[in-house]
Parts: sequence; C-alpha cells; structure tokens
Amino acid sequence: MTRFQKALRSSIGRKWVMALSGLALCGFVLAHMAGNLQLFAGPEKLNAYAKGLQDLGPLLWAARIGLLSVFAIHVATALKLAAENRAARPQRYAVTQHDTSTLASRTMVLTGLLVLAFAVYHLCHFTWHVGASDAIAKAVAPDAYTLASGGRTKDVYAMVVLGFRSPVIALSYVAAMAVLALHLSHGVSSVFQTLGCTSPRLECARKWAGPAFGALVFAGNCSMPVAVLAGMVGSEVR
Amino acid sequence: MKLDAKIPAGPLAEKWDRHRFELKLVNPANKRKFRIIMVGTGLAGGAGAASLAELGYQVDAFTYHDSPRRAHSIAAQGGINAAKNYQNDGDSVWRLFYDTVKGGDFRAREANVHRLALVSRNIIDQCVAQGVPFARDYGGLLDNRSFGGAQVSRTFYARGQTGQQLLLGCYQALERQVGAGRVRMHVRKEILDVVVEGGRARGVVTRDLVTGKIETFAGDAVVLATGGYSNVFYLSTNAKACNVTATWRAYKRGAGFANPCFTQIHPTCIPVADEAASKTTLMSESLRNDGRVWVPARKGDTRPPHQIPEAERDYYLERRYPSFGNLAPRDIASRAAKMVCDEGRGVGPTGRGVYLDFADAVKRVGKQVVSSKYGNLFDMYANITGEDPYSVPMRIYPAPHYTMGGLWVDYNLMTTVPGLYAAGEANFSDHGANRLGASALMQGLADGYFILPYTVGDFLAKEGPSKVAADADCFRAAAKEAEDRTKRLMSIGGKRSPDHFHIRLGKVMWEKCGMARNKAGLEQALREIPAIREEFWRDLRIPGSGADLNQTLEKAGRVADYLEFAELMCRDALVREESCGGHFREEYQTDEGEAVRNDRDFAHVAVWEHAGDGAAPALHKEPLVFENVQLATRSYK
Amino acid sequence: MSAKLDLKLHVWRQKGPGDAGRFETHEMKGVSDHISFLEMMDVLNEALIAGGKEPVAFEHDCREGICGTCSMVINGEPHGPLKATTTCQLHMRHFKSGDEIWVEPWRARAFPVMKDLVVDRNAFDRIVQNGGFISANTGSAPDGNALPVPKTDADLAFEAAACIGCGACVAACPNGSAMLFVAAKASHLNHLPQGQPERAARVLGMLDQADAELFGNCTNHYECGAACPKEIPVRVIAELNRDYAKAALAVEEPRAAGGGDG
Repeated sequence: MTRFQKALRSSIGRKWVMALSGLALCGFVLAHMAGNLQLFAGPEKLNAYAKGLQDLGPLLWAARIGLLSVFAIHVATALKLAAENRAARPQRYAVTQHDTSTLASRTMVLTGLLVLAFAVYHLCHFTWHVGASDAIAKAVAPDAYTLASGGRTKDVYAMVVLGFRSPVIALSYVAAMAVLALHLSHGVSSVFQTLGCTSPRLECARKWAGPAFGALVFAGNCSMPVAVLAGMVGSEVR
Repeated sequence: MKLDAKIPAGPLAEKWDRHRFELKLVNPANKRKFRIIMVGTGLAGGAGAASLAELGYQVDAFTYHDSPRRAHSIAAQGGINAAKNYQNDGDSVWRLFYDTVKGGDFRAREANVHRLALVSRNIIDQCVAQGVPFARDYGGLLDNRSFGGAQVSRTFYARGQTGQQLLLGCYQALERQVGAGRVRMHVRKEILDVVVEGGRARGVVTRDLVTGKIETFAGDAVVLATGGYSNVFYLSTNAKACNVTATWRAYKRGAGFANPCFTQIHPTCIPVADEAASKTTLMSESLRNDGRVWVPARKGDTRPPHQIPEAERDYYLERRYPSFGNLAPRDIASRAAKMVCDEGRGVGPTGRGVYLDFADAVKRVGKQVVSSKYGNLFDMYANITGEDPYSVPMRIYPAPHYTMGGLWVDYNLMTTVPGLYAAGEANFSDHGANRLGASALMQGLADGYFILPYTVGDFLAKEGPSKVAADADCFRAAAKEAEDRTKRLMSIGGKRSPDHFHIRLGKVMWEKCGMARNKAGLEQALREIPAIREEFWRDLRIPGSGADLNQTLEKAGRVADYLEFAELMCRDALVREESCGGHFREEYQTDEGEAVRNDRDFAHVAVWEHAGDGAAPALHKEPLVFENVQLATRSYK
Repeated sequence: MSAKLDLKLHVWRQKGPGDAGRFETHEMKGVSDHISFLEMMDVLNEALIAGGKEPVAFEHDCREGICGTCSMVINGEPHGPLKATTTCQLHMRHFKSGDEIWVEPWRARAFPVMKDLVVDRNAFDRIVQNGGFISANTGSAPDGNALPVPKTDADLAFEAAACIGCGACVAACPNGSAMLFVAAKASHLNHLPQGQPERAARVLGMLDQADAELFGNCTNHYECGAACPKEIPVRVIAELNRDYAKAALAVEEPRAAGGGDG
C-alpha cells in the first residue's frame, strides 16, 4: 500500500474524501437547481434546457455515472465512519449535554439517509414516472412539446407543474429540502475545516457558509413547488 | 558511613571540565549491555532517562502515574534560571553561582552549585531545540524576567506554565526513546524498596498499582528521581501523590539522608479556607513584583481592607527590608508573614493570612496591564476563593513547597550506596538551606540532561555489570518484605483512614517543625510522632484488596513512611542549633527577629545513617568548605 | 460567608474492565461550598472508609489544574460545568443545595475503564511516541537565541502546547475522537522552526497511531474545544487536516521519525 493509499483510508484521509465528494455533490445541487429554476422562465426555456441535456448522449451518461459514483462514495464512506464512531463511543453518559455540536452536526447520518431516500423518490417521481397520472404520462411522451426551433421533446415543464399541483407531493419536496438544507449547513461549513482553512478572515465564512448555502438551496428549490402550488407558475398547463 | 564528596581538585571554574575528562567512558558498543533503572520521570528522571537512552544504555523507567507527563515538575509556574546574560545586565555563571550559594544561606557545596550555574546555559539551548515555547520578544529572541529576589533578569519562562512546558519537552524526548525501544516505560508502578547487595545497588522492588503484583527489576545502576517530601506536612503545594517512600527505603538500605530539616515554605499561597482542604495552592511569586504585602498595623483590626486607611497599614516587608521590599527571598517573606500573624495582625476568617494588594499597581499602570501580566493567576485566585482580586486585595499565607534536604550525594550525584544515584529534588545537593525561585527546574534538568549521563557512565565503566538477576535471593527477600508489609497494612482492620493519620502528622509537623522551630516543640514532636505511628499500625483501615487498584493502600504505604521519616526530620531540626534559610530556630534570632547562623559549628551537611528500626540514627557531618565566596550574614535590608 | 450544600450524588462504580458497572447514589449533607469537587469526593471517600466500604477510585494529583490527571464527567460534561477549568479547580460554590450530580468516567473505547472513575489513557503516550517530539539528542543543541522564532509563531505554538493531555476532548466527543489532542501536539511543534524537518513524518505517524488506537473520527462537532480546560482552539484540527494532506501527497518520502542513533 502506498503512502497515499494508506492516507486515503485514515481518519483524516476519509475526511477529505467526505469533503471533496460533498463539495462535488454541492456543485451538482447548485447546477441542478439553477437549471430547474428556468421553470420561472416558462415552458420553452425549460424544455429546451431539458432537451439540450438529453442530446448530450454519452456525455450525459458519463456525467450520470460520475455523479452516481461520487454519491456512492460519499454515502458508503459516511456509513463506515458512522459505524466506527458509534463503536468508538460505546456507552452514553447518563446526562447528555450539548455545547457546540448542533442539531445538524448530530444528525448528519440521519439527514444524509433521508436525502438518499428523497433522491430515490425524486428519481421515481420525475425520471422514472412511477405511478404517474395520465396527464403526466402524456406530458412526458417524447413528442409532447414542440420547441420554437421546431424540434419535439418531452414537456418537462408540464410534468413539473402537474407534479407539484398535488399539495402532498409539493410539501414532501419542501420537507425534503429542509432536511437537505440542514445536512448542507453542517457539511459545507465542515469543508472549510477539513480543507484546513485557518485564516482568521475565513473564520466567519467557515461559520456561516454552511447555513447560508443550505438556506440558498432551500429557498431556491422550494420556490418551485410553492410557486406552482400558489398558482403563480404553470397556469397554462391544464 | 564514609562521606567522600569527590569534589575535583583545581580552581572552581575548571572543576567540572577537569572532572569530565577524568570520568571513565563506556565503549559505545558496550553501552547497550548496561541496564539503568530510573525511578521517577519528572524533570530530573525524564531528562536522565531520555539522555541515557540516547547514549545507548537500556533504561527501565518507572512512574506511579499513568503517564510520565503527570510528574509534579509540571506544576512549576515561574521559570527557570540560566546564566545567559541575554539581557546584558551583568549576569554571569559566577553571579548565578554566588546568588545561589548566598540564597542557600551558605549551606550548599560550592563545586556543585558552580557546575549547576555552568550547565544552566546548556539547559536553555537543549529545551529550545526540543521545541519548548519559551516567551519571546518581538524580535523573536528569548525573553527574560527577574524573579525570586534576583537583581538580574535571568529567568526564562513560558507564561505561568514553565514547568509544564519543560516537562513536556523531556517527556517527548523520553517517549521518543520509548518508541525506539531503548526505554521500557513502566507506568502505574510504585517503588517499594531498593535492593542493595554486596555493597552495590542491584535494582528495585515495585508494586503494580493496577494488579497489586509485587515485582523485582534488576539493573546495573539505580537512579532515584522521586522528588521531595513536602507532603510530610499533609497540606503543601505538592501534588497529592508526592511521597518520600523511595528515598526513605533507600535510606533504610544504607543511603545517607542529608539535611532533612531544610524545607522551603513558599510565601504566596492561597490560605486554607476549610478543614476538608486537601492541599494548598501556590501562586507564582512573580505576583510580588507588583503586589504590595501588608497587614493592619493594629492588632485585631477586623475592618475590610478598603476601610483601613494608608496610615493604619503595615507594609512590613517594605518596612523591614527596604532594599528588597516585597521581593525578599522566600524564607524571609514567609517568616515575616508568620510573625505578623502570630502578633494577631493576620487577616481573613482564620487570622492566618496577609494581604497582597494590587491597588497601587492598578493605579500606576492600569487594570489592563496588570491583567495581561497576572490575568491567569487572578482568575485562579478568584476561582478558588470566590473573591475578585482586582477589587479586594488577595489574601496569601505561606505553605510548604519544596524540600532542600534529600539523599546525600557526592559530586557525581551518587548516594552513599555505590550504584545508587539521586537526582533533582530527591537529592540535597545544590540549594543549601533555601532554594531561590526558578532554580528547582534548573537543578532537575541539570542533573538529568548534563550530569547523570557522564557520572553514571563512569561508575559502569569502572564497576562493570551488576550480574545479579531479578530473581536472585536478595531480590526475593526484598520482595517478600514488601509483600509482607503490604499484607500487614491490609490486615490491621482498624477504623481510621490513612488521611486521618496523615492530617494529624501534618499538624504536628507544621506546628513544631514548620516555619519556626524550637527545642521544646521539636522534642514534643519526637514524642507525638511515634504515638501517631503506633496508633496507625493499630487502627488503620484499608477497605478492598491488595490485589487490585487500591488507592487507600497506596496512601497508607506512603503515610507509613512519612510517619517514620518525620521523626528524622525533627531530629535533624533539633540538632541544628542555628537558624539558616528555611530552618529557623526561635532560640537563634536577633532582637529584630532575623536569623542567626552559626558557621563555626554548623557549616556542614548533616547526614543521617539508618541504624535499624527503633535505634537512633547516626549523624555524620560533611564539612562545607568555602574557598570562593565569603561567608556573610545574608542581608536583604 | 460559607454555605452548606445538600447534594445527591450518583457515582459510577465499576470493579474493573470486565465489570458492567452501575451508578451508586450517595446523599451528601452539609458540604462546604469552599471546597473543590475533588475535596467533596475526598469527604465522600472518608465516609465510605469509615463505613467499611471501598472508596471511589478516581484520578487526581496536582489539584492545581495542570497535571491533567483528574478526569470526571460531571452531569454529562467533562470536568464539569465551568469553562476552562479542570475538575480539581471546580469549586462547590458553583453548585446549589438540592442539586443532583452525576459523576462518570471518561467514556471512549480507547480509554477503557480500569476501576470506578479511573480510565487508561496510555493511548496518548503511544501517539506521542509516534512523532510527537522533535528529535534533538541532549547536547546537540545550538545556542537558544541562534534561531529566532517570530513572536506570532511562538504564540501559536504556545496556544497548542498548553494541552495537559487530560483527555477531556475525547470524553466530550460524541465519536470518541482524539483529534484535538493529536492536532494540539502537531500544531505546537509544527509552528516552530525546530519542528519543520519532521513535520510530515510527525503528522503521518501520530495520526496513524491515533487510528490504530481505535479512537473515532472527527466530524466537526467541536465539543472537544468546548470541553478543553486549556481552551485549545479547534483551529489546530484544521491545521492538522491540511498538514496531513500535504504529507500524504508529498513527492518525497517523509523521513521516518525515530529514536535517533545511539
């Protein structure tokens, strides 16, 4: 085993793995959100964006596999670390006192697993259309929407709007985003610590970056179901 | 008992160099064939073990703590002296030597003290190289302060944690050798006896504090670096586990015990507030640089301090010692405090306390500056007493702190038992009748880093390996004795705890053999101590078993030895009919209450030889010859 | 001036490493508020001895807050409720009459309980053996002032060097991680010019050992920093994370830290 391989298996090495994979996933979350926010720009914009992604073909698959691997590494490493940590502190104290640990830091495994569950749910919902209604099934037909350029594609816009019109689904997304935000608030701040940012100027950033990022993701992603539910978006979809 | 100090010939300044040349060397390839037993891992023991192992010797190091880093050297706050003269204020090896001899009230050996001053400079270099974070100035160079009655700035310090930082330096050096396999570190093992056979130290008997197992370890030389015996007073600034057992056992095996009555009472401790108090807490005497010591001028004045006008206060140190004032040496400041309290002018709920007032300093330089200098000490005081020293003057009172007496050693730090060495506070060598501030760390490290590595080698080169295995008859016999003693302690089945007896012994010692002693009191103590001892062996109770972690048993063993040792201490105080340093005999003082030394009859080291249990020990004298300093009355007026 | 407290004390009793352990409850009447927490334990133990029972085993030594021996979790907090204070310096005036107090040992797999409140912390020594030093054999040192150390570096080193090795960081960490201890030692030595030659080997070696001792992993709860009686900042962990990555990625093989020649 080389020094580097050994380091990757060490406690700090895996901390780096968590930080870097987490950072990559943050990038995905941000890009995903930016893309989706085109919902507010209307069906033409969003559907064209979706078609553009589809047309990437093999590149899209490469990105998907990459993303999946990063996700898998992040989850698997986290579970291994969590199991070790549990074993390292086999007995609890009679009185529990929290000083600096936060709800977010203490629930990383739980929120992480919930985010994982949500990711599966989200894929079932918007990618695989498990149990989709007739209207949604029609919207996701490959020729459901005609772009201004003349090409035909899925009506992702209608799919989203129809999906979020169900209050249960919309609220489940909002709840999931709250969980994700909590997870990010500790995760993103931790990245600064793991990557060794010790500058006093970054001290403040280290503290607030996580909560700020979490809040941003929460606000951005929740704006869509809330807007649909409130009827501010998608009135053209029937 | 023959006392040959083996002081090298020649001029004082050349003695150590000459001696180092004359010492025999062990061939580098042969060093690993020798095994050295190091008992205690504080500054002297830790430094010695690491340095000897670096040279290639096999070392077995022992501590009763869970780790060598816990040794009580860690608690030293103030600093460490070295004759570097970095401040260009006129310091030199000779001045440090002179100050130490004078500070010790001319009861130390010139040659040893000079060597100490000489190697003090190397200590700082060594510690810096190890990464000890000494205080530095903005140019990145080492900072110094004046300390403990010195008129030059020669004290190196690391905030209020100098002892800790120095100990961590030598602890890390020691652990490095443990990692390299050259030191076998035995933690949680207490020495119960030293094995002497055929006129040479052969090894030690230990008790494993976790399993209770009695074990024996053989070595070619044995070093005791087991600290001092201030806990004979029960209440002292020492850590709770500090004990006299190892040195007392060595004494009983033939090592001479020197000047046991020389104990140092530190002036700036927090007064005891409750009978359940388990120790006294020292605050660095650097506080005396800015604090003014006073008591009410009138007896029985119970007004709160701020209501006592300036004219009705007695700044007694400034009054009696105008040139040194509040910075008078420890023995003098302590005794002066006792005197004003005896006059009924003491303050606080018990009347055993004097004020240490920072009001003037705050007025002069501001609260911020005072806080930046002493903030941590003020916090500590506030935490312990619940009073704010910025607004109410601190109350302080002297408490036992350090013991200058210890096993007699020659210039090589070897006791009267060949192959048995004593280092650091455990020996008597360098401080005479009173130790100056910031000199204990210096001596411990000097012994460990720069003296033992040479002198132990000389012994090994001359005498060769011990060749007595740890299962030889002499070891078995000593182990059996230790085991029987433990069993005896466990089986008394009385009603009282070890602390009960320790507290009683402490009271007797503090009252009769503490800051001031007199013939009648000492004689009374010599009657009371055997009575307590007798009761101890009749009425002690130790719950639990001897084959287990049993802290009551550990304490009991230590108290048992204190109960024997205390007698020797009083005996020594009784025969030393003079006042010098920490030893103040009330019969020998001037009208003003200053100590009267008697150089004609007592310019010697009193060395006691064990003559069997129940028999009076024999007194031997090593005359102290002063060729380089002139015996003078120590005046700080 | 002095108040007397009546307390209900639940103390962890455990015969040895193999024993499951349990709480034992003691009613303490009229405890002086002038004494320290450990002195209160002394009072309890004296009463236990007087009653012919085995006293509570607990570790302590200097009782001045510097040796790092004392180790009690008091009401779920290592060293008790007072910030920047070891158990021995915690005074009873910080409690009030009628309080219920739970006293437990440090709890971590790497610190097995030996008896009652006594745990084995030798893992820390083994970590130091693996690089927590500067190799400078006695006698080989240059003059102390030959190597100036900028005051800022000296201060940063000092801040980390204040660690007393008590293990409260491990006890406080929900993961039983020793990262603050390891990082403090590394930071102390890595901030000094003397510590540079072995910097990479030091962080690799010490972390290796900490992992082998089965301490948990740091997940940035920072409970360690809050519990530390010497207030070592968690910044040192960030430094260690950085130094470790550098050492792991370095082109040159870090010189193995060892005992030197001899």
